[in-house]
Amino acid sequence: MTPSETKRLVAEILAAIAPEADISAVAGDADLREALDLDSIDFLNLVTGLHERTGRPIPEADYPRLFTLDGIAGYFGAAAD
Amino acid sequence: MTVFRMPSLGADMESGTLVEWLVRPGDRVKRGDVVAVVETAKGAIEIEVFQDGVVRALIAEPGAVVPVGAPLAEIAAEGAAAEVAPAPPTPQPAVTPPKAPAGPTAAPPPQAGRVRVTPAARRRAAALGIALERLRGTGVDGAICLADLPSPAPPKRVPAGFDPAAMRAAIAAAMSRSKREIPHYYLSETVDVSAALDRLTRINAERDPPARLLPAAILLRAAALAIAATPEVNGWWEDGRFRAADGVHVGWAVALRGGGLIAPAIRDADRLALDPLMAALRDLVQRARGFALRGSELTSASITITNLGERGAASVLPVIHPPQVAMLGIGRIVVRPWVVDGTVQPRQVVTLTLAGDHRATDGHVGGLLLTRLAALLADAERL
Amino acid sequence: MSDASTTAERLTYREACRQAIREAIIADPRVFLMGEDVGRYGGCYAVTKGLMAELGEDRIRDTPLSESAFVGAGIGAAMAGMRPIVEVMTCNFSLLALDQILNNAATIPHMSGGQFAVPLVLRLATGAGRQLAAQHSHSLEGWFAHIPGLRILAPATIEDARHMLAPALADPNPVLIFEHVMLYNMEGTLDPAVTGVDIAHAKVRRPGSDVTLVTYGGSLFKTLAAAEMLAGEGLSAEVIDLRVLRPLDMVTVVDSVSRTRRVVIIDEGWRSGSLSAEVAMRLVEEAFFELDAPIRRVCAREVPIPYPAHLERAALPQPETIAAAARSLVRPS
Repeated sequence: MTPSETKRLVAEILAAIAPEADISAVAGDADLREALDLDSIDFLNLVTGLHERTGRPIPEADYPRLFTLDGIAGYFGAAAD
Repeated sequence: MTVFRMPSLGADMESGTLVEWLVRPGDRVKRGDVVAVVETAKGAIEIEVFQDGVVRALIAEPGAVVPVGAPLAEIAAEGAAAEVAPAPPTPQPAVTPPKAPAGPTAAPPPQAGRVRVTPAARRRAAALGIALERLRGTGVDGAICLADLPSPAPPKRVPAGFDPAAMRAAIAAAMSRSKREIPHYYLSETVDVSAALDRLTRINAERDPPARLLPAAILLRAAALAIAATPEVNGWWEDGRFRAADGVHVGWAVALRGGGLIAPAIRDADRLALDPLMAALRDLVQRARGFALRGSELTSASITITNLGERGAASVLPVIHPPQVAMLGIGRIVVRPWVVDGTVQPRQVVTLTLAGDHRATDGHVGGLLLTRLAALLADAERL
Repeated sequence: MSDASTTAERLTYREACRQAIREAIIADPRVFLMGEDVGRYGGCYAVTKGLMAELGEDRIRDTPLSESAFVGAGIGAAMAGMRPIVEVMTCNFSLLALDQILNNAATIPHMSGGQFAVPLVLRLATGAGRQLAAQHSHSLEGWFAHIPGLRILAPATIEDARHMLAPALADPNPVLIFEHVMLYNMEGTLDPAVTGVDIAHAKVRRPGSDVTLVTYGGSLFKTLAAAEMLAGEGLSAEVIDLRVLRPLDMVTVVDSVSRTRRVVIIDEGWRSGSLSAEVAMRLVEEAFFELDAPIRRVCAREVPIPYPAHLERAALPQPETIAAAARSLVRPS
């Protein structure tokens, strides 16, 4: 996935979890949980959405790598080429 | 025949605005069916009917402000269905009608073939619940484009009538009443939850994200069982005396991001195993955030739990939601030095705080609840 | 020569290219330039005029007329630790070196398991408009943008012509820089505050709200002229200069199209299998639900580029055809 695809995917998933969240205002290195006021259920829903859309298993130990948009982009392969 | 009346969706509710009917005369309804949407200080609430029967007449018009207890509709019991006026010529299934009005453009005659719609317009129309067939396209090749649709009202998911200031006022009224009327006592216990969390980690390691459990689920499971064993704290203070609840209906406090707080109930929480409880939690939080709660969920809670979660404070002294008589506060799970079998070890602990209504119970009963809860969490494999 | 870091001097795109080459050669003993007629003659487009006299025959090297040989020599020099700038006079002749570029430059880092880097920079003139007829008017950058392992740059502005070379030389992989022949005589000033540019991102050259015009290289100024025409009609066009054709910066394009919801892609390459096709398909993949109109393209007509001036003009994207395409999306009726 490219970074723009990642951002788009996260935005789509968050639209159902946190409809009022404006992901375009979130910096790549900002903690999404702080920036969008996500609680643990919201975050689990985000992980679930990422799992369902990418097919990746995403073990719990990897959660800290998904706290930022940059982290998510890196986790799902940021290479545009 | 019975009259279906505006329900009380909270002790502080005086009236509600009927937003829309989801049934029409002649429709058959069953107890628990959602029949209408009512706007309250807590947002748009789907209200349910309490008996089986057939809708005979709709009394209140959408848009009307209806006092609690005033008639909304007439419902005939099943056997009396014959009295109902003839059904409309084309029977309509009781589906949810589109929530937004049709577009501003007059309906053209039906077009042959497929309607051209741009991707962006199709998505917005779906979000607004607008039937595309009724629109005339002015875009490229006559496609329906965004200019042919009304602009979405931001923020999208919050109903137009929802007023954060009204919710604030409702919270202010309920909390003022609580602190004015209820003599609170508080008991705290810090409990080692390492075993419970270890169990969750083991369970989750074998599961994909949709089936994973959160600490909140196991804490709720233990709390529901402890409450079931302590019926003195589970119910309401009404007319100067305690009325016990018919089940453990746990109100789960959900913070709304736009501001405000709502505590819908998970009914009979003590009878739900971990997985269904987790599913109920996810569903409830999602619907609370989307303002899609049902009336019964807002009125039936017999005790409330506030769980501060991983980004909250370490402990909380709850304010009881009247007319309930107790509330349990769960702080953030923290790692602390803890004495286990005579040695100091890092353990994951959580501070549980019970606020009790001293009119209904004494501290001894509250202490029993916390003791039971601590014991359940220590024996996590059985939860 | 005046110091570009202190004064905003007036210069041509050609002079900006020359300053960049001169600076790179002086700054790093590993950098040298070679190609056909780059030395004594000063370059087919006079980009390297005077450099051999100043910098010497070791650093500015004339080569035999064999693209395959001197591009291959450049690849070997790069593998051996040099930082060669190889000028292929025009991209029309790059096909003679295609095997070197595709099978060697682009693949050696991979085939050697990372043991060899190929920090080679190829400069190629591209494009039509000078009445050089069908064999000397190609725009082949879209072809090269098909190849993994290459970075493809299309400097359209004097600033990019001046500053893209340094990061291209710093890239451990081969970089191809396509300079449009119609830009060499363009004059402008350099902002002395700008001392470098990135070679990763597209750039919004003109902000707008009704339609996005995506282009690069020689078509940029035609597109900006089209945007000016549209502004006179009350239509607000946003112009994006891709700058980097591979890897494509779709974030900038998608962000713009998500706002304007309409897009025209302008590409001097032939339409079939072109870079414009790639950009359009990426938009379908990444921004389908943002689109409120079909994607339109303005490309070269699918003919050998004609020699007569009026036919050559008719075969290429022009401000009028670009504006017409944009207009048809914003005001279809």
